[in-house]
Amino acid sequence: MLKKDTIAAIATGLTDSGIGIIRISGPEAVLVGDRLFRLPSGKKALEQLPSHMLQYGFVVDENTEDKTSWKNHILDEVMAVVMKAPRSFTGEDTVEIHCHGGLLVLQKVLECAILNGARLAEPGEFSKRSFLNGKMDLAKAEAVIDLIHSQNEFAHKSAVNQLKGMLSEQVKNLRSDILYELAYIEAALDDPEHISLEGYNEKLSEKVDDISNRLKKLIATADNGKLMKEGISTVIVGKPNAGKSSLLNALLGQERAIVTDIAGTTRDVLEETIRLQGIGLNIIDTAGIRTTDDVVEKIGVEKAKKYAGDADLILYVVDASVDLDESDREIISLIKDKKAIVLLNKTDLTVKVNEHDLEDYLKADGCLQTKVIRTSITENIGIEVLEETIKEMFFRGQINMNHEVVITSLRHKQALMEALESMTMVKTSLENEMPEDFYSIDLMSAYASLGHIIGEEVDDDLVQEIFSKFCMGK
Amino acid sequence: MSEIREKVDVCVVGAGHAGCEAALACARLGLETVIFTVSVDSIALMPCNPNIGGTSKGHLVRELDALGGEMGKNIDKTFIQSKMLNVSKGPAVHSLRAQADKADYTREMRKVLENQDHLTIKQAEVCDLLWEDMPDNKKKITGVKIYTGTIYECKAVILCTGTYLRARCLCGEAITYTGPNGLQAATHLTDSLKELGVEMNRFKTGTPARMDKRSIDFSKMEEQFGDGKVVPFSYSTDPASIQKEQVSCWLTYTNEETHDIIRANLDRSPIYAGIIEGTGPRYCPSIEDKVVKFSDKERHQVFLEPEGLHTNEMYVSGMSSSLPEDVQVRMYRTVPGLENCKIVRNAYAIEYDCINARQLGATLEFLDIKGLFSAGQFNGSSGYEEAAAQGLVAGINAAMSIYHREPLILDRSESYIGVLIDDLVTKENREPYRMMTSRAEYRLLLRQDNADIRLRKKGYEVGLISDEQYQALLEKERLIQAEIARLKATNVGANKEIQEFLIAHDSATLKTAASMAELICRPELSYECLKEIDKEREAFSMELCGKPSLPEEVIEQVEIEVKYEGYIIRQRRQVEQYKKMEEKKIPEDIDYDLVPSLRLEARQKLKSFRPASIGQASRISGVSPADISVLLVYLEH
Repeated sequence: MLKKDTIAAIATGLTDSGIGIIRISGPEAVLVGDRLFRLPSGKKALEQLPSHMLQYGFVVDENTEDKTSWKNHILDEVMAVVMKAPRSFTGEDTVEIHCHGGLLVLQKVLECAILNGARLAEPGEFSKRSFLNGKMDLAKAEAVIDLIHSQNEFAHKSAVNQLKGMLSEQVKNLRSDILYELAYIEAALDDPEHISLEGYNEKLSEKVDDISNRLKKLIATADNGKLMKEGISTVIVGKPNAGKSSLLNALLGQERAIVTDIAGTTRDVLEETIRLQGIGLNIIDTAGIRTTDDVVEKIGVEKAKKYAGDADLILYVVDASVDLDESDREIISLIKDKKAIVLLNKTDLTVKVNEHDLEDYLKADGCLQTKVIRTSITENIGIEVLEETIKEMFFRGQINMNHEVVITSLRHKQALMEALESMTMVKTSLENEMPEDFYSIDLMSAYASLGHIIGEEVDDDLVQEIFSKFCMGK
Repeated sequence: MSEIREKVDVCVVGAGHAGCEAALACARLGLETVIFTVSVDSIALMPCNPNIGGTSKGHLVRELDALGGEMGKNIDKTFIQSKMLNVSKGPAVHSLRAQADKADYTREMRKVLENQDHLTIKQAEVCDLLWEDMPDNKKKITGVKIYTGTIYECKAVILCTGTYLRARCLCGEAITYTGPNGLQAATHLTDSLKELGVEMNRFKTGTPARMDKRSIDFSKMEEQFGDGKVVPFSYSTDPASIQKEQVSCWLTYTNEETHDIIRANLDRSPIYAGIIEGTGPRYCPSIEDKVVKFSDKERHQVFLEPEGLHTNEMYVSGMSSSLPEDVQVRMYRTVPGLENCKIVRNAYAIEYDCINARQLGATLEFLDIKGLFSAGQFNGSSGYEEAAAQGLVAGINAAMSIYHREPLILDRSESYIGVLIDDLVTKENREPYRMMTSRAEYRLLLRQDNADIRLRKKGYEVGLISDEQYQALLEKERLIQAEIARLKATNVGANKEIQEFLIAHDSATLKTAASMAELICRPELSYECLKEIDKEREAFSMELCGKPSLPEEVIEQVEIEVKYEGYIIRQRRQVEQYKKMEEKKIPEDIDYDLVPSLRLEARQKLKSFRPASIGQASRISGVSPADISVLLVYLEH
């Protein structure tokens, strides 16, 4: 909290703007920056750079196995600037690296800064430092407090919400395994006459290997971006039987959702992740929206509305073979203030609604910009146009993904790596035949690191575990 | 009716392990002190186990001694067996434990009290606290009133009532309203405390039976010896003076038959029948608890420990119970060696009033009642050593407050005592609190071997450590530093002699030169064995202290500091971070309602715990890192 360590984060918004800035701030900012920045000549020169002067060069990721020329590890072509304390936003030594705005690149550069010694900044931490270093006046203090607070709440919520269920389960299991070993050691240290550690080291060594392997797998998962529900949150809505599930299947390239001709088949929601030419889409197929007395279906409808409300992008499927009605009006009211694409589907059947009717209808209800695409999903007509449209909207910055996810994902990866490092230290201590109380320190660090991922504190866990699992004497 | 009015500086209520330390500290610092006890014959009584020390508790005694407390000296005078526990593990968890001759222990401590200047012993039950209101809604203690009506006016009161407040002892259906060992309970003080606005808790603890040694068949048990070489608790005890013949303890086990009897009679246990309302400790569970909670264990250890040299009573460690007498007899008699045992004193559970220690500050003074301090089981702790440690701190701080001097506040990074007090005053405590090594996060630095280096200076500043003792410490530190520096600077080459030495000690040969310190770091090598190749050692020692070898306690420190340097440095770094948080003080008059954006839960917790620093606040469960950030920013402006 009061740590004056060096922190790094993406300082610009994560929209697909032309330029994105990575900010590194703290006593070692220049050192960290120097490790990743190269002049066009290949030299490292950030430390010699005058303050407040932009320098052209490259960000190079040297933390790879591949030891060939640095040119093979260029992450981005950038401009870098050093701002010496106190003449910076935070009042500390600061390095800013101006990258090309692609989110993936920014994420990679940030990760590189972290591997080179910076810590991922907490939400609002730049502002906090700025304030604590007297760079902000009193009037701004309250705003900073609010900022820290809201960003933390949001980050925490998204951290937990975005975590795939399976992952959180695995982290919990890892933690409980580590805690058990810790409690065993501690119980034996506290009550040596009742609990013996004889022959325990071999058992622990195996356990450490097992835990380390599981951590490595999780880190690999993180590298594949599979840790989090990443991507543009996309929701498919429409009246029952308009072809929503067929659309999802078409995008997925396989039959997933149950598709029938009976209206109201998709009663809950289905969720899938796809990659559309490098853009991640997290697609949710919802139950058809219509006025209904069926209780179960009603719940589905309510859920659909809720998802639509939270979505980054809505795909509204309209059945061209039936007339527009009240349900359509309801849906249009949902998409009015959202980024949406309307698909006029089943155009291969007898058409009762044409594009012009639909556009007029939309305009009348305030959807002025919404694009309409003619499709026949079952005949695979119009899908390509849809994909192109989504891509275009993304690159124009009209739709954004949930940025926190990217950051949270990085945070989680960092925590996993810290835990792995701690386990490696346990292993080293075991090999060096250190006494048990030495490696229990690293076991505790691993336990704490994993706790950050699922938002759990350490507190009295250990003492509780000791008493519940081991019979203490006297 | 005419009443007597006495005028003193400090009143200490209770003469157990906390009360004795508190009273001695005050009197030694020159304050007129009265110590009240319901029975002068029960001063420094050990009503439960017959030992001092043990894991982490041994650390407390060492620290107490470094600060100028009495417990270490007293056990050195009266022990009948001594053992260093955990010697096969790291130095940080080595712990000294001694069996005491209970009667001797009490007698010796009483002697010290009786011969202490400025200290008066008074046999009386304190019934009322006297106070006056202060302008800021706080109260100030002005004295105490004893049962006979006599009033003692004073500047500070230290409550060390142990397990005596509204005590109730249970042995199955037989219930008596007494303190431990059938001593008179203190029944009046609770009401006075409640009137003062103090929030009370009720805890329970228990003790096993004492048996007649002549009725025990030791041939069926394993003998447990003391250490060949006894290490004293006190830094002022000469080790040579305490090498003496020791008595043994004995180990036996319960079995399924024992457990069956217990299970069949659970309905007659006051705890399981719901008669006991107090919360008991999990770390020394009754045998009923062990059998119920760990039903898969086929047997539990039972240690028979002598209560002294001049008594036949043996303490049955591991089998405390509150079952009725007839069940106790049957249960004990299933244990090998106890088939014909005769019980001198039955096992019993005891319930007593204590406080929620969150009402105290780190000085052990009540936050809202000036001049009122408290220590020991009254604060919700358990154990003689925990009590004594708090007693000393409360005593010192009462004196510091009267003299208007800086209080003694020990933090988590410098002592177990600091951990103990911080846990008590900042955490939700639902059972009698026992010290454990796992509670100390900076354990590697808080060793029993370096308590003097950590704390003696503080004891000296307070005034409980003499000049001579302090100078001895400085000299020890000088020798340690010089020798460590030499070991780091002394290099040995990869020559034939060195390689042969290494091979002979099963150690990898050198590829390049290495320092003596680097060699000590190898697990298979030690300071002692390296003597052979450490040519300058003797001459350096002669120059340093005029002897061919450095004192043993210096070598011990040198070896530990060098061998575990990597870990120690890491831990020191953690301590630096921790200190920064501790140094950020929160003003006492902060109004958390004025801090914007605090979450409701955090706001409530902060209001009720009233942490003294950001560090303390961050340890309160329910206060998130974001709340701490918010608080930090708020405090800045």
